[in-house]
Amino acid sequence: MVQKIGSQYKEILNQYMQRQSEQNLYVGQNFSRQLISENTSPEDVISMHKAAMQELYEDMPETVWHSFDFLIEMMINYGLALQERQSLLQRQEELRMEMDLAANVQETLLKTTLPTLDGLDIGLLSVPLRKMNGDYIYFISDKKGHAGIAVADVIGKGLPAALCMSMVKFGMDSMNDSMAFPREVLNTINRIVEKSVDDSMFVSMFYGRYEAETSILTYGSAGHEPAMLYRAETGEFEELTVKGLLLGVSPMATYEEKEVKLEKDDMVVMMTDGVTEGRTADGFIDREVINELILRKKGEPAQVIVQYVYDELVRMQNAELSDDFTLVIYKKV
Amino acid sequence: MSNQSSVEIQTEWDIVAARQLGRNVAKELGFGTVDQARITTAISELARNIYLYAGQGKIEIQRLTENGINGILIIAADNGPGIPDVRKVMEDGFSTSGGLGAGLPGVKRLMDDFKIETTLGEGTDIRATKWLR
Repeated sequence: MVQKIGSQYKEILNQYMQRQSEQNLYVGQNFSRQLISENTSPEDVISMHKAAMQELYEDMPETVWHSFDFLIEMMINYGLALQERQSLLQRQEELRMEMDLAANVQETLLKTTLPTLDGLDIGLLSVPLRKMNGDYIYFISDKKGHAGIAVADVIGKGLPAALCMSMVKFGMDSMNDSMAFPREVLNTINRIVEKSVDDSMFVSMFYGRYEAETSILTYGSAGHEPAMLYRAETGEFEELTVKGLLLGVSPMATYEEKEVKLEKDDMVVMMTDGVTEGRTADGFIDREVINELILRKKGEPAQVIVQYVYDELVRMQNAELSDDFTLVIYKKV
Repeated sequence: MSNQSSVEIQTEWDIVAARQLGRNVAKELGFGTVDQARITTAISELARNIYLYAGQGKIEIQRLTENGINGILIIAADNGPGIPDVRKVMEDGFSTSGGLGAGLPGVKRLMDDFKIETTLGEGTDIRATKWLR
């Protein structure tokens, strides 16, 4: 095999020595591709070159042959760098496959099914920027018309954020209380995150508790993007701002709670900063833009509105998101 | 002809002596220019590690014959601090990213067999073989 390659090389080299044409150089370049695909190292190529030259031009001065030996010595580390690159590429591929698997596991783990609840029409969407999602939508409800809806965002992206979010999910799941008030939920999750997660990991969360009987939404926030409330009567949006530290900052953090009564066709819009911090060529996409998009579809079911806002924002940003994107809209019907 | 010889590594110049010894043996055994260069690069790497991390040690070159095939064995031994995390130094990209050269994964690639034994506080013993094909 080596001999065959050697004689092929000699032939190609000889052609070029006879006539220094572009054609012959091109043949050489194609041959180098074959050598690379067969993992031929640079030092072997030079050795082959030297052997070919010795056969073609045997009466060259000794210094020329010595120079090739020197060049072979020089190339050993280049050859190693090439092999290392190949093994790193392979490892990268393995990591990629592992990430795909992990992303699947996470998707199953954090899957939120579109809830049904009397009196509320709910739409939701969560799209990770990379493979793993650092955003999370939590939903719980009971037959008596109590519901809890949370949107959470880990400060950070990718794998660490996703691992952190899995823990938040288990915290919420183990509370399993559809009647819990935002203050209790945020306090509990804050303690969990503070205790178990790396100091550099923080989570923001907006939590809303809804009671169908009274149509009252009680909400609290841990340093999260304020939710928006659309009032059907006035056609205006208002921000649902409420004080509270990010989860995981301090075990002493306390969370404020406010309430608002929802009227027919009012909408609550909960989101992560991936929605509001999008950029176009003209600058940041501000809330006005998002409100405008929602208004255009306000008569449609909540899921249609959510999908529309996402599609439009992606289109405005030339299909490039800058962060995980999560949007929940619920409409009082 | 003795089939065992060694060089003490204490200064950077001893690395050259170890290379020379390895090259002579490799040449006598009939290794071609490219394999000679690979063997000496491996010796360089091992001797440099001794010089840089253990301070002093020894490079030993042995001729081997197994099932009628000749080979060369490089033994790099030192009584230095040992390697705390062998798996890490055997990882690609660990030593090269710091600009330290081919590193131990490089030595492993240059040779056919590679064995490492290291004990913290006692030293390191590396054996690398190349067979003549």
